[in-house]
Amino acid sequence: MDPSRKRTIRLAVLLAAAVLLATALVYTSFSASTEASKPSEIRPGQSYEVTGKVVANSVERRGEELRFRIRDRDGTASVPVVYSGVVPDPFREGREVIVEGELRQGTFVAERDSLVTKCPSKFTTERSS
Amino acid sequence: MAGVGSACLTIALLTALYAAGASVYGAVARRREWVISGRRAIYCMAGLCLVAFALLEAAFLRTDLSLKLVAEGSSTDTPTFYKVTALWATQDGSLLLWATLMSLFASAALFLTRRSLREIAPWAAAVLGCVAAFFLFLMVGWENPFDTLAVAPAEGAGLNPLLRHPAMMIHPPMLYTGYVGFSIPFAFAVGALIERRTGADWIRATRRFALIAWTFLGTGILLGALWSYTELGWGGYWAWDPVENASLMPWLVGTAFIHSIMVQEKRGMLRVWNVSLVCATFALALLGTFLVRSGILDSIHAFGASTIGVQFLVFICSVVALSAALVLWRLPDLRSEARLDSFASREAFFILNNLVLVGLCLVILWGTFFPLISEALTGEEASVGPPWFDRLTTPIALVLVLLTGVGPVLAWRRVTLAALGRVLVVPLAVALVALLGLLAFTDAADSVPALLMFCFVAFVLAVVAQEFWRGASARRVMTGEAWPRALARLTGRNRRRYGGYLVHAGIAVLFLGVAASSAFLEQRDVRLAPGESFSLDGYEITYRKATARLGGDSAGTGAPISFGAVMSVRRGDQRFTLRPSRNFYSSGDPSLGAISRFFEGEATSEVDVRWGLRKDLWLAVRPDVSALEKPIAEADAKFADSPGDVQALIIAALAERYRRDPPPAAFRAIASPLVAWIWIGGAIALLGALVAVWPSPEARLRRVRALYSARLGKELSRA
Repeated sequence: MDPSRKRTIRLAVLLAAAVLLATALVYTSFSASTEASKPSEIRPGQSYEVTGKVVANSVERRGEELRFRIRDRDGTASVPVVYSGVVPDPFREGREVIVEGELRQGTFVAERDSLVTKCPSKFTTERSS
Repeated sequence: MAGVGSACLTIALLTALYAAGASVYGAVARRREWVISGRRAIYCMAGLCLVAFALLEAAFLRTDLSLKLVAEGSSTDTPTFYKVTALWATQDGSLLLWATLMSLFASAALFLTRRSLREIAPWAAAVLGCVAAFFLFLMVGWENPFDTLAVAPAEGAGLNPLLRHPAMMIHPPMLYTGYVGFSIPFAFAVGALIERRTGADWIRATRRFALIAWTFLGTGILLGALWSYTELGWGGYWAWDPVENASLMPWLVGTAFIHSIMVQEKRGMLRVWNVSLVCATFALALLGTFLVRSGILDSIHAFGASTIGVQFLVFICSVVALSAALVLWRLPDLRSEARLDSFASREAFFILNNLVLVGLCLVILWGTFFPLISEALTGEEASVGPPWFDRLTTPIALVLVLLTGVGPVLAWRRVTLAALGRVLVVPLAVALVALLGLLAFTDAADSVPALLMFCFVAFVLAVVAQEFWRGASARRVMTGEAWPRALARLTGRNRRRYGGYLVHAGIAVLFLGVAASSAFLEQRDVRLAPGESFSLDGYEITYRKATARLGGDSAGTGAPISFGAVMSVRRGDQRFTLRPSRNFYSSGDPSLGAISRFFEGEATSEVDVRWGLRKDLWLAVRPDVSALEKPIAEADAKFADSPGDVQALIIAALAERYRRDPPPAAFRAIASPLVAWIWIGGAIALLGALVAVWPSPEARLRRVRALYSARLGKELSRA
């Protein structure tokens, strides 16, 4: 085989591998990704991953159960949440959280251990103003 | 003093700009004195940065609260050890650390090349001057670490409790040293391209810097993982967080680079690839620095939303665009001297390993930026989680480890099948024995990727051991040395090669730990009252009693309140005690009550780990302070205006109450097999890298001889 042909083949193989990798990336990432919904968007009968802020003065603990309200990041619509399981260290009122679960009779029933606190504390502590 | 610091930074910025200008003029006009002046300006800039850094560090040590940075990131009651580190826990301080390290590296590189690379070095000085100028410009213009407050507060905010961990003291400087180290090969590559000196000279001059940068970056990443494991309270060492990914990407591309430059040194091939890789590595290092600061991706490890995101983005884009333009412009000068002779050759496998490493980096890049990509394409911000990363990176990691074993046994140019069979028969046999042994005596077959990884690791270790054995026995035949001496001499005389093998062995061991601990980890979350127990993976764990300490927690982080548990563990006839605890830091929020403030700030888990070569038992506790809520609220009302010592008494009473009558606490226990081998593998790799970097006595002798003969030549020509 002459060298230029060899080069073409090599290039084609490389490009094919690259295209394959790219397709795999696009396909798997879009199918695996989870969209976070706002509290105002959730409806009964479907499971959601909800992201929002913990409403001030709403956190209440009853034995194993943690109850709080979660509201839209930039709005006031909120939904009550009932949760059990591990509460992450930085969980606080006013912080952004993600929780998975489903709306039942007006209350968002969260799956066990699904609570994640989002960007809780930046390296620099928040100014308390 | 703040004025002196600011002035230092401003003068350093001007010096950097002068260094860049003088070097370019000197290079273009071939005026040697301008080149020398430019180089000395870089030294001068390094000195100024050091002075500024020392001034800032002194301010942190004295807790000079009139400085905004100190007031926001430190406090008088922060332990001294952490006062020092508080400097780089702040945005502005970390920029100063970056600039200081960068200017020191630049000075060292330019000093070492002062008598060689006459064409390339001035351009490298100019590039380094520009990069340093950018960072100084950020500090002078937007994020001046010496900004003062009009009124100094009585007390600072204190260092973020999560950062109070020894690994965090050295993790950022390690990482930054890695990042800035890659600017040296980048700068010399740019110089080589501009001057059309695209041979291996620039590589030989900077390869050691690339290796040093790679070592530091790798160590930094591992320390970060160790911090995550022991401090963050979730029990893992890697979460595919954007900031973790940001540090891993330049390391992966850097790994590709230090392999592929060997191909260029030996065979004169891959020139375009090498300059592209080094540009990509540097751009990714900048990206890593940027991601931590920008706030564009949600990460738990980021600095607060910042004002310098746009400037950073512009700078990274111009670095990428200019390097791409430069490579394209010099494409005709970058032709290979040689062709690939055969796919069964070391260079072919280096190319393969490069593609795999770069592919891995692209996967991580895609996943990291997926929230932005998806928002741009679909309008919805969606993210891929750790399972996605695990699924895609596992096969790539398997291939990579396999290549780690195959690469070293292949010869350059071409290898015959018979020769390949001879060197591979023992390692393959070892891998097979490992496979059979694992299938027969363990449950490793429950996870196919882990089983494959174990066999590959056995293969790599056998390859490395065989290489050492072959080299040492050859020496023994020639010199009649004893085994230890032969091994030491062998390694000492071929540091790059055998250091590299050690690194390969270390990486294989590291992956052994990663595979075992991710596939066979057992975890339980339980809620226990004192006296109750639970079992996990054969461990019988009992909650004996609660503890409460005020001031002086066991880890010395300066937390005022620390609630914990004494846990006795039994496994067979093995018994030990673990004491996990949780530190409570007071909140600065004035709207909270005088007493509740002490419980409402940050809280961090101080986990306790029983380290073991076979298995770690990791235990964290989450005391339930809600039972104290009522007395705390009462105390808030009663003692709102009491002096500090009365409040301290109240806190002590509350702590005593918790200790005597503790409500059930939540525990997380993790039994993680072989996880210790991650750190051991890392240490082996570090040792190997040090062996490879350390100049060998022969090389030093050669350099001295070359210097003398050059001087002799000069004398003779004068005579």
